[in-house]
Amino acid sequence: MLCERCQERPASVHVTRIINGNKTEVYLCQECAREMQPQLNFSIPKFLAGLLDYDPGLELKAPPAIERCRQCGLSYEEFHQTGRLGCPECYHHLAARLDPLIRRLQGSSQHRGKVPRRAGGNLRVRREIEKLRGQLQQLVEQEEFEKAAQVRDRIRELESRLGEQGGGQ
Amino acid sequence: MSLNLDRNSKWMEGSGPQADIVISSRVRLARNLQGLPFPNLMNQAQEVQLIRQVGQAILAPGVFQSVGELKLLNLRELAPVERQILVEKHLISPDLAEGKGEKAVILRDDEAISIMVNEEDHLRLQCLLPALMLHEAWRLADAVDDALENELDFAFDQEKGYLTACPTNVGTGLRASTMLHLPALVLTKQAGQVLAALTKVGVAVRGLYGEGTEAQGNIFQVSNQITLGRSEEEIINNLSVVTVRLADQEREARELLRKQNRWQLEDRVGRAYGILANARILSSQEALQLLSDIRLGVEMKILRGIDQRLINQLMVRIQPAYLQFAAGKEMTPFERDVHRAAKVRELLAG
Ligand SMILES: [Zn+2]
Ligand SMILES: [Zn+2]
Repeated sequence: MLCERCQERPASVHVTRIINGNKTEVYLCQECAREMQPQLNFSIPKFLAGLLDYDPGLELKAPPAIERCRQCGLSYEEFHQTGRLGCPECYHHLAARLDPLIRRLQGSSQHRGKVPRRAGGNLRVRREIEKLRGQLQQLVEQEEFEKAAQVRDRIRELESRLGEQGGGQ
Repeated sequence: MSLNLDRNSKWMEGSGPQADIVISSRVRLARNLQGLPFPNLMNQAQEVQLIRQVGQAILAPGVFQSVGELKLLNLRELAPVERQILVEKHLISPDLAEGKGEKAVILRDDEAISIMVNEEDHLRLQCLLPALMLHEAWRLADAVDDALENELDFAFDQEKGYLTACPTNVGTGLRASTMLHLPALVLTKQAGQVLAALTKVGVAVRGLYGEGTEAQGNIFQVSNQITLGRSEEEIINNLSVVTVRLADQEREARELLRKQNRWQLEDRVGRAYGILANARILSSQEALQLLSDIRLGVEMKILRGIDQRLINQLMVRIQPAYLQFAAGKEMTPFERDVHRAAKVRELLAG
C-alpha cells in the first residue's frame, strides 16, 4: 500500500489522529509521518511568563511571602505559570509584582485611551477638564477673554461635580 | 439561528483603499465584565450565565439602532466542521472553535462584526473590513463597544484601563491588524529585512498561513504590540501609516519586477493560471502559492477577467473544513487535494 499523503513511497506507519473529536486513520511513509508530527505548541502567555525568569531586577524586588488575589485566590506564582490572571481584581491585589511586568511589556502604566461612560467613574470628567484647561490657556494667549470666561465657568462646574462625587473612584 | 456557510464575509469583497496590496483590516477589542472571574477560572454555570447576559444585551434597542441586528450562536450547537469554517473565514479563533466549555459567537449578517464570548476574555469584539479601512473598523468597533457598555458593566480601572486576562492586552484592549499580500518583496528577497524593521516601531508581523516566519501564499499580518499608554486613535494611525509604507515598498518592488523581469513575471502569472485552471490534484501549499501568483497578476493588471473578490473566495474555499463541508464527508489528505483542484476549476470557470 502506498502512503496516503505523498502517494509515492510505501506506507509503513499507521497514524490515528483526533480532529475535532473525530477519529481518522491514515497510512503514511516514514518521511510523511515525521513531517506531520504535531508542531510544538507555542503559547504566548507561557512565553511571557518564561521571560520573567530571566529578569534579575524583578527577582530582586520580589517579596518573599505568597500573595493571593483576595477576590479569586490566584497567586502571582500561578499567574507566572499560565500567563493568565484570574479576575479583574488581580490587577489590584497582585499589583506589587504585576505592575513592573506591565511596565516592561507595555512601556507604560497609564491608560490614555477610551473611557467607558458608566464604568469610567469620574475619569471622563477629569479628561474633559484637562482638555478645557488647554483650551483656556490658548484663549487667554489669543486674548479672547470673553470665550475664556465661558470655558473657565465650564471648568468650575465640572470641578464642583467631581467634588460632590468625593474625588475618588 | 442557522449558520449561512455559503455567504461571503464583508472582508472578502476585495475593494477599497490600497486594495491592490491590503486584503483586509481588523480591529479587535478585549472586554471583561466586572464581578466575574476571567474565562480560565469560570465554572460552567458562570459561562452559561455570561452567554445568557450577553445574549440579552445584544437585543437592546440601542444596540440595534447603533450597529444593526446581531445574532448569537452557541458553538455547542454547531458541528465541528461548521466551527472550523468560522475559523477559515477569520470570524473566530482556533482557540474558541476547539476549546472546552460553553462558548458562543455573535455575528452581524455581513460578518463585518463578530464577537467571541468566553474566549481568553469574556468578550472579544472584532470588526473586519476589506482593504485598508482601519479607521472605519475602529469606528464600528467603538460603536459596538458603546452600545454594549450601556447594557454590561465592563471591568475598567482608571489607571490601567480595560482589564484583560493577559496583561499584554490591558489598557485599550485593542489589537488592530492588516493583512497584506507581499509577493514582490518576497521575490526580490527584501521581505525579511523590511519586516524585521517593523518590530522596532512596535509592530508585530506573522505569516497568515504556515508556521513561524514562513508565509505561505505571501500573505502577512501586521499588528500593534502595545495596548497601554496610547490612545486607540494613535494605535490605529500608527498601524495605518506602517501599512501604507509597506504597501508602497511592495509597489516599488513590483514595478522593479515589471521593468527588469517582465517576461518572467508574465510567464509566472500565466503558468499559475494554467495549472489552477487544469490541475486535478492540488495540495494546500501549492494552491496558496499559485493563488498568490494569480493575485499578483490581477493586482498588477497582467491578468484580466478575474477580480480580487474571486481570489479571496478561492483562498477561503480551498481550506480543509470548507472542502469537507462541500463534499459532505470527512476526507483523507489525498481526497482533499482532488476536491481542492475541482473546487478551484469550478470557481475559476465562473
Ligand atoms: Zn509519504
Ligand atoms: Zn483575581
